[in-house]
Amino acid sequence: MELTHEQIRQIAELAKLDLSAEESALYAGQLTNILRYFERLQELDTSHIPPTASVLPLKNVLRPDVAQPPLPPAVALANAADTDAGQFRVSAVLGDE
Amino acid sequence: MTSLTDLTLSEALAQLRARQISSVELTRAYLARIEQTDRTLGAFLSVTAERALADAAAADAARATGGDNLERERPLLGVPLALKDVLSTKGIETTCGSKILKGYQPVFNATVVQRLEAAGMVLLGKTNMDEFAMGSSTENSAYSLARNPWDVTRVPGGSSGGSAAAVAAGMCAGALGSDTGGSVRLPASYCGITGLKPSYGRVSRYGLIAFGSSLDQIGPMARTVEDVARILNVIAGHDPLDATSMPTPVPDYVAGLQGNIQGMRIGIPREYFGAGLQPEVETAVRAAIRHLEALGAQVVEISLPHTEYGLPVYYIIAPAEASANLARFDGIRYGPRIEKGAMWPTYKATRGLFGPEVKRRIIIGTYTLSAGYYDAYYGKAQAVRTLIKQDFEKAFEQVDVIAAAVAPTTAFKIGQNVNDPLQMYLSDVLTISLNLAGVPGISVPCGFDNHGLPIGLQLIGAAFKEDVLLRAAQAYQTTTEWHHKRPEVKI
Repeated sequence: MELTHEQIRQIAELAKLDLSAEESALYAGQLTNILRYFERLQELDTSHIPPTASVLPLKNVLRPDVAQPPLPPAVALANAADTDAGQFRVSAVLGDE
Repeated sequence: MTSLTDLTLSEALAQLRARQISSVELTRAYLARIEQTDRTLGAFLSVTAERALADAAAADAARATGGDNLERERPLLGVPLALKDVLSTKGIETTCGSKILKGYQPVFNATVVQRLEAAGMVLLGKTNMDEFAMGSSTENSAYSLARNPWDVTRVPGGSSGGSAAAVAAGMCAGALGSDTGGSVRLPASYCGITGLKPSYGRVSRYGLIAFGSSLDQIGPMARTVEDVARILNVIAGHDPLDATSMPTPVPDYVAGLQGNIQGMRIGIPREYFGAGLQPEVETAVRAAIRHLEALGAQVVEISLPHTEYGLPVYYIIAPAEASANLARFDGIRYGPRIEKGAMWPTYKATRGLFGPEVKRRIIIGTYTLSAGYYDAYYGKAQAVRTLIKQDFEKAFEQVDVIAAAVAPTTAFKIGQNVNDPLQMYLSDVLTISLNLAGVPGISVPCGFDNHGLPIGLQLIGAAFKEDVLLRAAQAYQTTTEWHHKRPEVKI
């Protein structure tokens, strides 16, 4: 499995990362090596092995449906780069693509 | 007289309780030590000196007027600790070693922080780490280079390298780290201290900035097994705010240290002693196993047959989880924003604040989770993870504890592995399977190599059997001298 610069750029687009030409060249080489290293897993027959997503025997962890005190809006907004009228202010979502 | 900063946490606590020293004196001693050595070691990202002295004065006042139950209710009253900067501390900058969280001041405390505060901790500051806990050397910190107190030209290990260096150099009585693939145990081993990764689900992860959510666990780091048990007593237990924290009862881990290991069955996994172990590491670990045998343990050779697949499984699962967890960093709700006038350009410019290793892992994770590759990589890794977990379950039918090295080598030189990520990942080869299986492991000092660098013995326990694991580690440590040796930091 050889990763091309173009593939790296597509993955970066999915992950919303801007990569420089040097970065995508570097990552293409390094990730090709890493993916090659992953190939050894194919030696194992896992057709009858269930996947492990969590090691714990827990299912549907629920708490009593009782309201908890929420964060006051001013506190929730305390770390935001830009706010307006008690809300997070963002740049235009529509119209640029 | 021994300097205050040479005391173990348990010794310092005993002196505080006996009113031989005050928390203010102890805190001042650590702050002076930080002032003296941290410019060289780079263990701290922030030092909360003013607040620490205020907390220490409050602890002393509480002790002066406290009732009979005070020491039981506040078991770490006046003890100065450091916290890895991955843990949310209300009103105190928490960067996770990343520029993308520069200036971020959490509006809540992690559950472990809240519990330690209730127990009387004095917070000295936040420790250096690999960005988002991704790394084995702390060289991926976006802020400063951390150095190993035993040899300042070498790494302290990672990702909790700042916590390990701070404990080893006497800058705090103990610390918390986090361990996703070895990030508590590896730096503990490289820095000659004791570090525990508890079972997955033993300690609440609420307020721990997530890396690999099915693997992450917070763990105590200190000079001795007893110190680590004292911290674990405070932080362990169910938390409704973490759906993966188990409601399993928490025994008194300090009380559980008593007793011998007569007849305890200790497994030696042959796969952990293969090629690639530095000869001095193997010699020291084998000597430690003979020592445990001399203490009455029964040594059994065992097999963990899927060990060799641990590394590829981990480096599929952890980046996949990370790529999802790190999607939240977009400059909208917290952290700096690089405004580009429209949403996607703003996201991309802001996310450019991630460092190279973080970007590399986001790309690996995004790739292995993407359509067409999911089954071949992520699905496959999850199935092999089952086999690795079963290896441990079978082994713990035969033995009580497993013994091996923590890392194949002692601390490497700064810069040695930075251009070869795969080589860097190999430092975790003996620690990551525990995270995949969810079982606890501890690193205890067991020798030094020819350069005078510490070597760590890794003891591994069955899930939620920290009491057994700590008893074995305590039996070893209280009959050996390695943990008494202190580094002479060349500043």
